[in-house]
Amino acid sequence: MSEAREFKHIGQRTIRPDGYDKVTGRANFGADLSLPGMIWGKIHRSPHAHAKILSIDTSKAEAHPDVLAVVTASDFPAIQSETIAVGEGSEDLFDLTRNLLAADKVLYHGHAVAALAARSERAAAEALSLIEVQYEVLPPVLDLRAAMADDAPVLHQDMFTEGYDKKPEKPSNVATRLEAKIGDIEAGFAAADVIVEREFYTPTAHQGYIEPHACTVRYDENGQSMIWCSTQGHFDVRARTAKILDMDQTSLKVIASEIGGGFGGKTTVYLEPVALLLSKKSGCPVKMVMQRTEVFIATGPTSAAKLWVKVGAKKDGKITAMQGRLAYEAGAFKGSPMMPGVMTMFAPYDVANVCVEGFDVVVNKPKVAAYRAPGAPQAEFAAEMLVSELADQLAMDPLELRLKNAAREGTQTLYGPKLKSVGLVACLEAVKNSPHYQAPLGTPQSGKVRGRALASGFWFNMGGQSSVVINMNPDGTGTIVEGSPDIGGSRASMQMMAAEAMELPISRLKPIIADTDNVPFSATTGGSRTTYATGMAVVEAAQKVVQQLKERAAALWNLTPEQVEYADGVVHAKQGDDQLSVREICQAAEKTGGQISGQANINARGAGPGFAVHVCDLEVDTDTGKVDVIRYTASQDAGKAIHPGYVEGQLQGGAVQGIGWALNEEYIFDDQGVMENSGFLDYRIPLASDLPMIDTLVVEVPNTFHPYGVRGVGETSIIPPLAAVGYAVSKAIGAPITTLPCSPPRVLKLIQDKA
Amino acid sequence: MVSIVYAAPTSIQDAVELLADNAMPANVLAGGTDLLIQTRAQAGSAESRLFVDVKKIKGMSSANMTPQGLELGPSISCAEFTARDDIRALYPGLVEAAGLIGSTQIQGRASLGGNLCNSSPAADTIPALIVNSAQCVIVGTQGERRVTVEDFVTGVGSNCMHQGELLKLIFVPTPVARTSDAYLRFIPRSEMDIAVVGAGVSVTLDASGSCQAARVSIGAVAPRALLVPEAAAALIGTSLDAAALTAAASAASAAAKPISDKRGTAEYRQHVVGVLVKRATLIAADRVKP
Amino acid sequence: MSKTHVTTSINASLHEFLCEPGDTLLDVLRNELQLTGTKEGCGTGDCGACSVTLNGRLVCACLVLAVEVEGMEVGTIEGIGQSDSLDVIQEKFLEHAALQCGICTPGLIVSTKALLDENPDPTEAEARYYLAGNLCRCTGYDKIIRAVMDAAATLGGAKEGV
Repeated sequence: MSEAREFKHIGQRTIRPDGYDKVTGRANFGADLSLPGMIWGKIHRSPHAHAKILSIDTSKAEAHPDVLAVVTASDFPAIQSETIAVGEGSEDLFDLTRNLLAADKVLYHGHAVAALAARSERAAAEALSLIEVQYEVLPPVLDLRAAMADDAPVLHQDMFTEGYDKKPEKPSNVATRLEAKIGDIEAGFAAADVIVEREFYTPTAHQGYIEPHACTVRYDENGQSMIWCSTQGHFDVRARTAKILDMDQTSLKVIASEIGGGFGGKTTVYLEPVALLLSKKSGCPVKMVMQRTEVFIATGPTSAAKLWVKVGAKKDGKITAMQGRLAYEAGAFKGSPMMPGVMTMFAPYDVANVCVEGFDVVVNKPKVAAYRAPGAPQAEFAAEMLVSELADQLAMDPLELRLKNAAREGTQTLYGPKLKSVGLVACLEAVKNSPHYQAPLGTPQSGKVRGRALASGFWFNMGGQSSVVINMNPDGTGTIVEGSPDIGGSRASMQMMAAEAMELPISRLKPIIADTDNVPFSATTGGSRTTYATGMAVVEAAQKVVQQLKERAAALWNLTPEQVEYADGVVHAKQGDDQLSVREICQAAEKTGGQISGQANINARGAGPGFAVHVCDLEVDTDTGKVDVIRYTASQDAGKAIHPGYVEGQLQGGAVQGIGWALNEEYIFDDQGVMENSGFLDYRIPLASDLPMIDTLVVEVPNTFHPYGVRGVGETSIIPPLAAVGYAVSKAIGAPITTLPCSPPRVLKLIQDKA
Repeated sequence: MVSIVYAAPTSIQDAVELLADNAMPANVLAGGTDLLIQTRAQAGSAESRLFVDVKKIKGMSSANMTPQGLELGPSISCAEFTARDDIRALYPGLVEAAGLIGSTQIQGRASLGGNLCNSSPAADTIPALIVNSAQCVIVGTQGERRVTVEDFVTGVGSNCMHQGELLKLIFVPTPVARTSDAYLRFIPRSEMDIAVVGAGVSVTLDASGSCQAARVSIGAVAPRALLVPEAAAALIGTSLDAAALTAAASAASAAAKPISDKRGTAEYRQHVVGVLVKRATLIAADRVKP
Repeated sequence: MSKTHVTTSINASLHEFLCEPGDTLLDVLRNELQLTGTKEGCGTGDCGACSVTLNGRLVCACLVLAVEVEGMEVGTIEGIGQSDSLDVIQEKFLEHAALQCGICTPGLIVSTKALLDENPDPTEAEARYYLAGNLCRCTGYDKIIRAVMDAAATLGGAKEGV
């Protein structure tokens, strides 16, 4: 892969194959399917953050003339604790059922307690208030400090901290403690000339996808049940729902609708098993669509985190030791992304002595779910803030300091392997040479101050199982059947990779996302894996089609496949003038053995790690504390950008989500654990008018495992903005930012305290 | 879910009769951008509610400039209002305030009268109306009455209107010569948010630039928008120099009685209200025609 | 509850429907008329996914009662572009990769059309502020704004040619 390759399709800015449907409103998303006889499901949610359920009386709701079914946790078959993979992490099946419908206790405000289905959405909403629940209210545990206190109320009496040599004697809200290290951390600090140390805090933040969770389901006692839903992984929806409801996977078909954003938040289930139970009880198809408030209070945000970090370096900038201690809120059930936080925290650095300790802590908030590079933005925020501070202490350019210590081929990672060829140095160089970094910061108007900072980011990227079937049609077109929901334009890259491998125009190849009955297993769209892993399967399937095309043409000519060659959609006999187009071969397929089809079921390894470097210029109003980002550049190693437009889009979108997290986004709870800003009015995600253009520098250091060099690009881009923005604010106001978001009251207070 | 009964009368008299009827609680429906959200939030309630849509009543959505002042139909949408160059020329701050309410989409529906009658402490048009000495013409079964905007709102979400009354007109007097206004609000983003703090200022300057008259009103820092005569007094008789601006800002901060909530701390609001009064004063002064 | 009969024009064709007085225009478009191109992202006017025009004016369909549209003209995404050819705005969104997941796209296209109808030659800042009520969580808006500006330039160019 070292030599530059000439591509015909890859690297072009094609029109995405699903584009027409999406700009005309024809594309069908989670809430867009209605079925004859369909009724509407709604969920009754807990008004308390922490309480024992004493009784649930559903009789009045059942008596409502329009209500056709009511379910509670007691309607689930008994289920054992079992760890299952979910997106980039894992979850416990028992906890999952308790999250779907609370059984003995409610563990957060908004926790589902019961569900009902009625003839209309209006009747369902009205009948919810007829469900009567008696609670014994318990004191809520609302943050890490409270949860980890010795006398903290314990959420789960059967939870004993794992990760110590001896099982603790008392149950605890700390689910897991983890330590990872390389080298000798004490010796590393002893060798340092300069040591910096600080504690940081990041808030609970939500993925903020615009489409609320939604599904339409039909239970069929003869084994033909169906779920239509918005999900990043319909095979995972099938596996979970079948397990929870004790069904065979063959009796449940899951169809992935178009998905209106997920960012990790649609890798588990909230509605689907409940909706299927309601359908089973009522005998009717059931549709459930969350309200926006429900999305905020009852689906997974990402962890609030407390992050202590310490870094030591020589006078010349060589870092000798990096240490971290991280606590992540998991929400109501164990399973925060603490571990990837630990493993990614210092990954952009080639340092001999590293030690990170992490804690996974339950609190009375919604159970967290994956969010774009889960766990990494928090940990790397703390690390990058401190590395920038170190640069200032050493009076070094922050970019030069990072270059000097950059992870590169051969660097020992904390998570195990030594790095192969990676693009961090290339990203740093790209930023260093960029017009943005070369330009002066400029002088603001009076009453404003400016700051610039940069930050790196690292994410592992994932491979995993993907399956693709390419069926050649009699007219010489091909249908690419894949099982990876297309969350951001991946159909376009599948089409382009197939066209490249098959040497056909893209217009002859149509990618479709098949349901669970119509394509072999494919893992969830997550972990930045789809263009990498599903792309590899596409290429392998395409190569098999090409081989068959050669075999079939050879058979028609009574030659062996070795006696023919394939180029640009035509098979030629090496000797003589015989040639057949793909269309002709496909037309004749019946005579040469039937359907021409290539299939690849793979478990992809070797996803190349993704590195990014972002630089941010911003301006702070010193009278109000308001921060405006005025210039922003995102550099990232894509390995090979299949569709540059959608790669740039991933960089820009991740950057802006990170900017939002850094500036304004946070869950605000009252002292009883009720979320006060559960809508887009006060959970403030960035608007078009908040931002400048986001410049991109796409670096291509090919990943040798992928036939075209692809690395995942979806996640890394959300990591650098937190510190790029955070440290730029620190620089602008001349006071250290330790807590996100940099909301105006917080920034103004720092300015006033300094003066 | 609240069940709605909808009526769209075509005369003020019919509207007042509907509103006065005791059969069920009634709300005036103008743009609906607050009312529909409030109704939706009461999903569990089974009560019946009458919505009286006043947009089909002649004159309720129009704006007429007269020599005495602007006669504003309360259900005029912000979009229609802010598009009027003749209104912008006389009351630029009021137009700014109306232009800040929500998104383009919200502007297409939300009305000035609705913003007033919803009576939120953070309503953007209320301080801007107050500094322009605007009056509310209220009609009921007993006839008409006039109330100044500063007296119209009585508390968080409450106002002086009784059951059966309807806001028929907002009257904004023509400003005296060499007068202009400005409205600023602070929000964390650049758009879409509810005001954390708002400040409206109107100033009248003489030919030398000395301030002859002023009105200062602040929003989102008390249960209702406040007229702050102390801040105006700090400006009157000065050339709006730094000392006068600082005194006005201090007076505004002193008058503010803010709370801490999800949108900002009391301390923050107290400070920023002064900042906005200063800035709005300078903008208004800059707009005074020579 | 008795239903109300409403007659209205949707995308220039006459429609009649029955609704409850509390139903929003969005409820009716999606659930009664199966015009599901108009999306619901929040139900409170904060996201713009349900942007439609009412007598030519941009509004959120979630904040309009269906009974209010009696005799009015409603414009939805289904009315933009011909069956055999896309509107320039739609083409530019595709060319610029201005959509990722696509859920905000119908609302953004309806809003962009309203913007360019009102202001055929917006500055970047004007476009950004006009579209501030259309949330997009995927793109960071960069490519959306580029598509909008390109559409304006293309349409402006076409006008000059007339």
